Amino acid sequence: MAGPRSTAVLAKANPLSKLAAALVLTIALLLSVDWASATVALVCELAVLPLAGLSVRTLLLRGWPILAAALVGGYGSALLAPKTGAVLLDWGPLLFTEGSLESGVAIMLRGIAIALPGLIVLASTDPTDLADALAQKMKLPHRFVLGALAAMRLVGLLVEEWQTLGMARRARGVGSGGGFAARFRSSLGQGMALLVQAVRRASRLAVTMEAKGFGAGPRSWARESTFGPMDPWVFAAGLLIAAAVVGAAVVLGTWNPVLG
Amino acid sequence: MASYDNGGTREGVRAAAVSAKGWGWQHSGRAAQAVHDLELEISPGERVLLLGPSGAGKSTLLHALAGLLGADQDAAESGLLTVDGENPTARRGRAGLMQQDPEAQVVLSRIGDDVAFGAENLAVPRDEIWRRVVGALDAVGLDFPLDRATSALSGGQKQRLGLAGILAMQPGLLLLDEPTANLDPAGVLEVRDAVLRMLDRTGATMVVVEHRVAVWVDAVDRIVVLAPGDRGHGGGVLIDGPPRQVLMQARQMLTGAGVWVPGYVPATRPRTRTGAELLRGPAAGAAVQTSFGYVNPASSGPGSLAGSSSGSGDLLLHAGQLAVSRQATDSRKRGRAARHPAIAASSGVDLTVTAGSALSITGPNGAGKSTLALTLGGLLPPLDGELRAGKGLRRGAGPEPHRWRGGELIQRIGTVFQEPEHQFITGRVLDELNFGPKILGRGSDRVGELLERLRLTHLTEANPYTLSGGEKRRLSVATVLAASPSLLVLDEPTFGQDANTWAELASLLTELLDAGTAVISVTHDEDFTEVLGGARLRLSADGRPLEAARSEAAPQRVAPSDVARSGAGGAR
Repeated sequence: MAGPRSTAVLAKANPLSKLAAALVLTIALLLSVDWASATVALVCELAVLPLAGLSVRTLLLRGWPILAAALVGGYGSALLAPKTGAVLLDWGPLLFTEGSLESGVAIMLRGIAIALPGLIVLASTDPTDLADALAQKMKLPHRFVLGALAAMRLVGLLVEEWQTLGMARRARGVGSGGGFAARFRSSLGQGMALLVQAVRRASRLAVTMEAKGFGAGPRSWARESTFGPMDPWVFAAGLLIAAAVVGAAVVLGTWNPVLG
Repeated sequence: MASYDNGGTREGVRAAAVSAKGWGWQHSGRAAQAVHDLELEISPGERVLLLGPSGAGKSTLLHALAGLLGADQDAAESGLLTVDGENPTARRGRAGLMQQDPEAQVVLSRIGDDVAFGAENLAVPRDEIWRRVVGALDAVGLDFPLDRATSALSGGQKQRLGLAGILAMQPGLLLLDEPTANLDPAGVLEVRDAVLRMLDRTGATMVVVEHRVAVWVDAVDRIVVLAPGDRGHGGGVLIDGPPRQVLMQARQMLTGAGVWVPGYVPATRPRTRTGAELLRGPAAGAAVQTSFGYVNPASSGPGSLAGSSSGSGDLLLHAGQLAVSRQATDSRKRGRAARHPAIAASSGVDLTVTAGSALSITGPNGAGKSTLALTLGGLLPPLDGELRAGKGLRRGAGPEPHRWRGGELIQRIGTVFQEPEHQFITGRVLDELNFGPKILGRGSDRVGELLERLRLTHLTEANPYTLSGGEKRRLSVATVLAASPSLLVLDEPTFGQDANTWAELASLLTELLDAGTAVISVTHDEDFTEVLGGARLRLSADGRPLEAARSEAAPQRVAPSDVARSGAGGAR
């Protein structure tokens, strides 16, 4: 999260234009459940991946939970959707037909297609740039935005703190009872200890921020959040993909609106 | 940007004046005043070291001067406290405050942004901010690109980063609340020198609270000693004057209060037996004098503080070409490790620990000392090489400490973490101490003894988190000792401790050593290492041993020379 600034092409765009593009595409995908719109979106998104500095490999490593969830969702849909068309598989309660399988595939592709824009925006956006854009361009209250930004940095420290707490508590003999209940209770205790440490550190950080004049009055911004020549193109690309998604479904006759 | 120069003063900074007239402060919900009837005048540009026992209200005063106490509606204020003749809350930005915890010093994730943060809050124009950021980073000696991640900095660097952020605000008053308490000796000097450079450039007024007098004594104009504010008519300023004079007048009182006065190393119980003697084994019937009477290390009974080591000189732990990493995983789950190879924090370590021997692990920050200690303590699996428990330690358990169950571990190896709070598990001091013995199914005879010995008897009902720093340290050591481990591993046990706790800790450890417990300590504290004696393992910056860790330290030196002391004055 606090790594070096991403060097990807999309990292240079303003976070707000990326968010807007992702939003338009997501709305288009939400309108219809069908395999054509989802496939078009997915292909376009995969084409954009390199611009966000993501390879398919890192995507699989980072995004596998989403993939797994989409698979499970698709399987569930195929199982429960209306059984139309020819029977493909009939094992007692496990009955798949052409129609139900098509619904399942559509749901699975759509799930992945909806999740990807978020991943692309996240991977190519520095949290600090996002905060700057939200506070300066969207005029969200800076106390809130910068407070959240500072808190996010602490969240990164929690992972290490959790590991340290685990060792510190093992050194005291915690978790020596082998049972599931005992282990659950000890994890609960460790969670409490983590919470205590987090709250203490946060309150010390709050003192530091206050001592640096945070929230005292109007403030200036060292980094100006700007829209560059690239930003109209980013938003236009979002619109274009959204239009292609809807267009493909209509042309191929698979348009299947969620509402109505 | 001459418009931002307020009045032809140095670097745009006008030094602030501080005045307290009968000032007192009572936090809401507290019975006693934190500060009582304080009379203090500090002229612009003065540098003041503030001393006093814990509970004297030093931090409260600093927070008040920084204008941070205003939010507390139910607190009671008496008298008058002003910065430049005005209420400090109205003068935010006139004072910059630096605290102890380096991690809480950093607000944003990139160096340049973090330094700019304070100046932004004061609505300084953008061009001026970046000029100040560059100047401030230069002043504190942080030579990194502006977009370097703040998480990559060491503790001392983080403190200097915080200082740069304060400097960019151009405050007239610099307030430092134990800025070096959590740092190693190199970090201490880094931070102090950065502060002094900043003061020389700006001429700002400074008030610093610090137990280590030696660090600041030559840099300040005045020492002010505060008295605790809750004792009858007491409180306020006890002594006030030029450093040398105050240290002469009040030396007795300050050392009594645990202040690290320059040239003072508290008396500790000397070791009576060296590890070499232990190796040879005690003469038949030999016994060791401890405060608990005579204890034979070869068969230490339940009444002794020492663990149940089976015999002195026995092999407890052996490491061969050991490599360690926080990312090390159990070899049974190596598949995952193979995909994400961990980088060793320290490697090529050979060492042998026998009963009753002391080993000090030293080296610069980032050498992997703490990771090595965690591995030796059976809390992390080795990354590579071998770590085996010897016969004296194994006593029926397996050869690999990290595979031991919790109950097996605590009666063999006790690890004391740098941050005591990490090891607190219960909400009461007494429960905390009984925790280990209960797991082992033992009685709590030992607990009473430890309470007495570490002066915790009056705190049995208290919540561990509410204790003072020294009390927390003593409790964390006591809780580990309650399980009678044969080997004690301590990570920076003397960091931030006052001289009294330091002496108690050192004496207790020499006693344990003489009674047959082995002690491994990761430490920067030269005096502490001297008192414990034993072998040393020095790690280089890249985590490799610089020399073999075999030699038993030569003669016992209980009172090191003045030279060593003034040099190591910053070592705690």
